Amino acid sequence: MIRPMLGEAWLAMGANRLRTALTMLGMVIGVGAVVIMLAIGQGAQYAVQQTISTMGSNLFIVLAGSFTTSGVRSGSGGGPTLTVGDAEAIAELDGVANVAPTHQGSRQLVYGAQNWSSQVIGTTPAYLDARAWSIVNGAGFGDSDVRSATRVAVIGKTVAENLFGDEDPVGKTLRIQQSPFLVVGVLGAKGQNLDGRDQDDTVIIPLSTAQRKVFGTPFLGSVRMIMVQADSAEAMERTMAATTALLRQRHRLREDMPDDFFMRNLSAAAESEAATTRTMSILLGAIASISLVVGGIGIMNIMLVSVTERTREIGIRMAIGARQRDILSQFLLEAVMISFAGCLLGLLLGIAIALAINLFTGMVVVISGTAALLAFAVAAGVGIFFGWYPAQKAARLDPIEALRYQ
Amino acid sequence: MADAVIRVAGLGKSYQTAAGEFPALRGVDLAIAAGEYIAIMGPSGSGKSTFMNLLGCLDTPSAGDYWLAGENVATLDKDALAVLRNRTLGFVFQGFNLLPRMSLQDNVALPLVYAGVDKATRRARARVLLERVGLGKYAESLPNRISGGQQQRVAIARALVNAPRLILADEPTGNLDSHTSEEIMRLFGELNGDGITIVLVTHEPDIAEHAKRQVRFLDGRIISDHLTGAAP
Ligand SMILES: Nc1ncnc2c1ncn2[C@@H]1O[C@H](COP(=O)(O)OP(=O)(O)OP(=O)(O)O)[C@@H](O)[C@H]1O
Ligand SMILES: [Mg+2]
Repeated sequence: MIRPMLGEAWLAMGANRLRTALTMLGMVIGVGAVVIMLAIGQGAQYAVQQTISTMGSNLFIVLAGSFTTSGVRSGSGGGPTLTVGDAEAIAELDGVANVAPTHQGSRQLVYGAQNWSSQVIGTTPAYLDARAWSIVNGAGFGDSDVRSATRVAVIGKTVAENLFGDEDPVGKTLRIQQSPFLVVGVLGAKGQNLDGRDQDDTVIIPLSTAQRKVFGTPFLGSVRMIMVQADSAEAMERTMAATTALLRQRHRLREDMPDDFFMRNLSAAAESEAATTRTMSILLGAIASISLVVGGIGIMNIMLVSVTERTREIGIRMAIGARQRDILSQFLLEAVMISFAGCLLGLLLGIAIALAINLFTGMVVVISGTAALLAFAVAAGVGIFFGWYPAQKAARLDPIEALRYQ
Repeated sequence: MADAVIRVAGLGKSYQTAAGEFPALRGVDLAIAAGEYIAIMGPSGSGKSTFMNLLGCLDTPSAGDYWLAGENVATLDKDALAVLRNRTLGFVFQGFNLLPRMSLQDNVALPLVYAGVDKATRRARARVLLERVGLGKYAESLPNRISGGQQQRVAIARALVNAPRLILADEPTGNLDSHTSEEIMRLFGELNGDGITIVLVTHEPDIAEHAKRQVRFLDGRIISDHLTGAAP
């Protein structure tokens, strides 16, 4: 039954090519829009996931807070409230994997005739572990370097490229604030962070060296920030609470006094960023779906016209024995075929445009099989949904009335 | 009559018009036995087409009863009526009513599609019937490539394709010249010779002469019913 009908639907579609093509165009645009929007949305999600995975997992940071001296409160990170001792104490807590006290700032780097401004991070070797940051060339520095404040540096990929060009940086000496530093290693590439900053534009040096030679901290042993990595996502909350309790105790804060430090859950921030992109991609898809509905209405419109035009044909078919369901399926099949053909073209067009967007703007796009399948399911659904009413109308015609129709 | 293919009793049909209800048929009683060949005559507007449409299960009566092959048609649902139109009877129209986009062969085979017959059989049956009406060589042509007389023969082939017991034809020669009309009537004569019951409407007495029995309508009633050759 369905096979001869496919042929007939094909004939009917071919009978008025321009009209069929224009009707299909609605579906092509609808499906194309959905495919492009999904590709862009999923691309954005993928990019965020990628960034999050370069950040390191289960991280939170403790920032030195404001302290009050004679009624004047300093801003966050401004006070000497956190110390290397605090970091060492946090490391003793249960559920803590890595603790890295850091002090960072932007500084001018010089190598030969080249100079380059970059983020300088003074920290301990635990920092690289916490951020799961590998060394691709040379080696990192050790705890002994921190203890004896050696002038060694590990540099990011961007710094290596801009300062050293084609040269191998390892073993070369660069200058930060007039002080010479021996480059011992080059870090693996991480790309942008969530704020869009290039994470590879970084120089990492021992914390003690940074404080003495680069930042010149007045309070030796104090740090601006401590990065803490918990054992697991489940341990995050517990570890943060324990850290708060520990620091309040170490800082001898009374019950009624506010914390003199801030804590920020980096992993949670990343999660919320991921959720935002997820929402955005759903929104994009939803907006694009509206054009799919418009395409569906186009199909319905044309099918209604077609039923009216072919009233006599319907009458003839009924006169020679077509049942209502035969007429219904004939028109439904036609609607679904238009929808499907439009969907297929829309899919190809959408993929082509998504790839072109990627090619010309560098925006990440992800074309997934699921999205394609979804588009097809939706097209079939649209065909059946919007084809149903006209087909029903055709099937309900009275044979004699239909035959009399001129 | 036990072997009546068609029996109607008190059959009536009224149309709703702007001027109110118009009775096109006012109580028709008729029995048609298997193998009969009947011509229905009468002036324009006497209700012949109305009657044929009721016999063909295309329309429903407003009064009376209709038994087709022993079944009371009023008790059947739309699908069952469609099956009757498909298998039990074949309808031939004045205007041929072929589907213009389909080849003659596909036109003839279309009732078989609705009967759920497979493709090879459909093709073979359609071929046989096109040969039967002398148009085998036009099987792949479209209807607009052949003459009116040929189109009507194709329409008859389509009516015959499901081997019905009954052919209903409403002015089958109405659009044809006298020569082609003769060809069509010869075809009906052969079919009746094969045992198929034929009911046809015509205005022309010499066409009606081909039938074995003549029924005359006037103002929605039967006014005469006699065998051909016998005095009215
Ligand atoms: N659908 C309709 N609505 C209203 N009146 C109708 C309808 N069909 C037929 N009639 C009327 O019913 C009467 C009988 O019509 P019918 O078509 O049966 O006549 P007929 O005998 O076939 O005439 P003709 O020889 O011209 O074909 C006519 O007066 C016609 O005007
Ligand atoms: Mg008539």
